[in-house]
Amino acid sequence: MNEVLFLTWVRGMGLNIAIGIFVLGTLLRLLEIYTLGRKPDLATPRHRAGASGLHTVFRRSLPPPGMFKKSPASYVAGYVFHIGLFIVVLLSAQHIKLIQSLTGVWWPNLPAQFIDAATVVTLAAMVLVLVERINKPVKRFLSTFEDYAAWMLTFLPVLTGYLATHHLLLPYTAMLALHIISVELLLVFLPFTKLMHVFTLWGSRWYNGDVNAKKGVAV
Amino acid sequence: MDHETLGERLREQGISRRAFLKFCAAMASIMALPPGTANAIADAMSKATRPSVIWLSFQECTGCTESLTRSYTPTLESLIFDMISLDYHHTLQAASGFAAEKSRIDAMRNFYGKYLLVVDGSIPLHDGGIYSTIAGRTNLDLLQEAAKGAAAIIAVGTCASFGGIPNAKPNPTGAVSVSDIIKDKPVVNISGCPPIPAVITGVLAHYLTFGALPELDDLGRPRSFYGETIHDRCYRRPFYDQGKFAKTFDDEGARNGWCLFELGCKGPTTHNACATTKWNGGTSFPIESGHGCLGCSEPHFWDAGSFYSALSMPASALSLSTDAAIAGAAIGVGVSIANRFKKRAAKSVHVTATIADLEKQHE
Repeated sequence: MNEVLFLTWVRGMGLNIAIGIFVLGTLLRLLEIYTLGRKPDLATPRHRAGASGLHTVFRRSLPPPGMFKKSPASYVAGYVFHIGLFIVVLLSAQHIKLIQSLTGVWWPNLPAQFIDAATVVTLAAMVLVLVERINKPVKRFLSTFEDYAAWMLTFLPVLTGYLATHHLLLPYTAMLALHIISVELLLVFLPFTKLMHVFTLWGSRWYNGDVNAKKGVAV
Repeated sequence: MDHETLGERLREQGISRRAFLKFCAAMASIMALPPGTANAIADAMSKATRPSVIWLSFQECTGCTESLTRSYTPTLESLIFDMISLDYHHTLQAASGFAAEKSRIDAMRNFYGKYLLVVDGSIPLHDGGIYSTIAGRTNLDLLQEAAKGAAAIIAVGTCASFGGIPNAKPNPTGAVSVSDIIKDKPVVNISGCPPIPAVITGVLAHYLTFGALPELDDLGRPRSFYGETIHDRCYRRPFYDQGKFAKTFDDEGARNGWCLFELGCKGPTTHNACATTKWNGGTSFPIESGHGCLGCSEPHFWDAGSFYSALSMPASALSLSTDAAIAGAAIGVGVSIANRFKKRAAKSVHVTATIADLEKQHE
């Protein structure tokens, strides 16, 4: 299989399979998680159930007291790369075009130069969080293969996207194919790894806040 | 079939030294050789004996021969026929039938090990290769016979280089390229549908000058012509870099000559010299006429998705998504039902522990 055929496969059948697995896996996991249910809580809530769930959704986005000083890089780089990913994935002209061709829905894009800068910053921030993970003994101890795999699955699409856009390292055909297949790998593994937090983040935060409030720890 | 030197032959034909030197300089520049090489090319070529060339046409449309003979570049292509002794080419030769086949056999015998074999068209292999025959013999048979005594083989056009259109899915004739069959001879692929005539001339000039084939890329194409992509040398490239794209063939962007990437131009993935050498005596090339590149010099270009869908867009419909969504929902519901049963089963075997039980365990 040569480069052109490889590119044709990744933008044809490969994409078809990857999106298929992504849709299947995401629906399966969401249904599995949200139909799990809990035993009816017969105790009277210690705190009047208010907006603790909603508060927690936001509060968990802030570092707990003292933690920021302890590892500022994690928080800053963590925020930077998440926002960076949002910008690069959803606000670049190329990606909006793709979404438009698949769904018909589109929105305005940011200038290519801005996307470029966001990509470089995102890559740098991601490298920083990886260095932190390896350097800090506690984080290293807590890290499993899945953590490193999830990092790699997220990092490669950003890196190959930048290299493909700027025609660096490999011929465009090969790099574009690598970019698309790296995204496809991300799509395939996303529902079955911790990357599922893309969908479950807000729900689980709300649940924790709500349950804690009922146990008397209202926020 | 006299094989005097090229210099003598050109003088006989009334081609001036000046015209010949201009040709050599053009060849040197087209092959990206240093300017001084023009003289070396002139020296070597005027002393070279005109090589015998056997041209075999297999599963093809004659477009490659048309491209070669109808180019308007003055003297360049007419020079080809003075540079070489074209001993067999069934479209161009006057002889037919047994006389034609005899000239091929004579050339193969008289110049064994020295002649150049030019092939255009793919070779069908299915059903014993019966889909294309010449004088009752299959293309495969003719190719293998002619390749044995060839000094080198030049595969002209995408069909001979990579299988081309006959090789496109579902490939009913089992068409393959020359290099799929011949493994023990040097093969140069001059791909393109059709290839640029000056590239064919350039490779021949290189062979006559240096006695060897030019440097090839990983697909067997001469690097000096196929080293860069159409996109890299495209005059519309600045618009790509600025993000200015024509969205339809008749919008403002198209009229302003903006980049045709979104209209399916395959320039970024296509290696050829169209953007620099151009066509019709340097008049223009497809993108200059307002149409995107089809990618015709790349293998399997016919199967590489629509000519009109951008390279970064899906090549086919996402046909699995609906089934996947239904399957995902079904499995999800299945898992949740299984979980309910599990919970119920755990509840039914649950035994309430009393304080007495706990004390017993403690003892």
